[in-house]
Amino acid sequence: MVPVPPPSKAELDARFSDVYRAHLRDVYSYSYYRVGNHHDAEDLTEQTFLQAYRHFERALRESEGRPLRPWLIRIAHNLAANFYRDRARKPESAIEDAGMISAPHTTESLVEGREELKAILDGVQRLPDDRREALIMRFALGMDNREIARALGRTDGATKVLIHRAIRQLEEMVAEPAASLDGGAGGRA
Amino acid sequence: MTVNMEALLREALAPVEPPAALAQRLEATLVNLTEAAQEELDGWELSAMRDPRNWVRPVAAAVITATAGSALVALRVRGRHRARVEQSNNLRDFAERTLHDIAEEARRILPDR
Repeated sequence: MVPVPPPSKAELDARFSDVYRAHLRDVYSYSYYRVGNHHDAEDLTEQTFLQAYRHFERALRESEGRPLRPWLIRIAHNLAANFYRDRARKPESAIEDAGMISAPHTTESLVEGREELKAILDGVQRLPDDRREALIMRFALGMDNREIARALGRTDGATKVLIHRAIRQLEEMVAEPAASLDGGAGGRA
Repeated sequence: MTVNMEALLREALAPVEPPAALAQRLEATLVNLTEAAQEELDGWELSAMRDPRNWVRPVAAAVITATAGSALVALRVRGRHRARVEQSNNLRDFAERTLHDIAEEARRILPDR
């Protein structure tokens, strides 16, 4: 069998350009929900693509034709972990622009809907890291179980369980304040 | 409840568009990286090596970059072109001899390098 020659530098650059264009929004969205503000999300996105560029040839070779999005998100994931370790901090609170998220359709439900969405975002931030990451990948990026599994270095089955438990825990967290208020014991604002 | 929660999660975690300034900055950085790498590697593309006349300029540019002495180095290396052709067994040998000459000339003319 004739060995396939490695791609030329020009071919690699062209393919990297395609990957960059296809996934800039994914990496930025992931970074934003991970660190909670635009400034750090920009830094994280930039570092992710620069690191991806350095290792692109190997990633292409080892991916064997599979999508490269999980690989990119894994880079962002590792960089985010370093970010928190280096600066010894966690996301300070909910997402800074929670009020800017897309709103429901009617005026009446708009305020109510936003409060609910804010509570969900707040809950997502309070989830354990792996559960939070899985939800960001699933719902912000639209990744399927297989992609998430590759990004997190888990099996497909473990990922399915992880997402299921994350949603269950989030439901409980969102329901808690309402239950507390109903019982007259007060709750979080 | 789970179905509703999933719908709410889709809304709450809507994709976030990157700022235009980030895209511009990142693209400029990547273009600079790819252009720099391309200039360096153009000289190594076999297609470009078929004509030995194509050799001196790009390789010298990659090795020496924009220094005051680069033109002098390139001229001196080009001056030994015929000798290298006669001494070389094949294209790879010729390439190695050219690189060696460039490095040697750069070392002599640009002692800081």
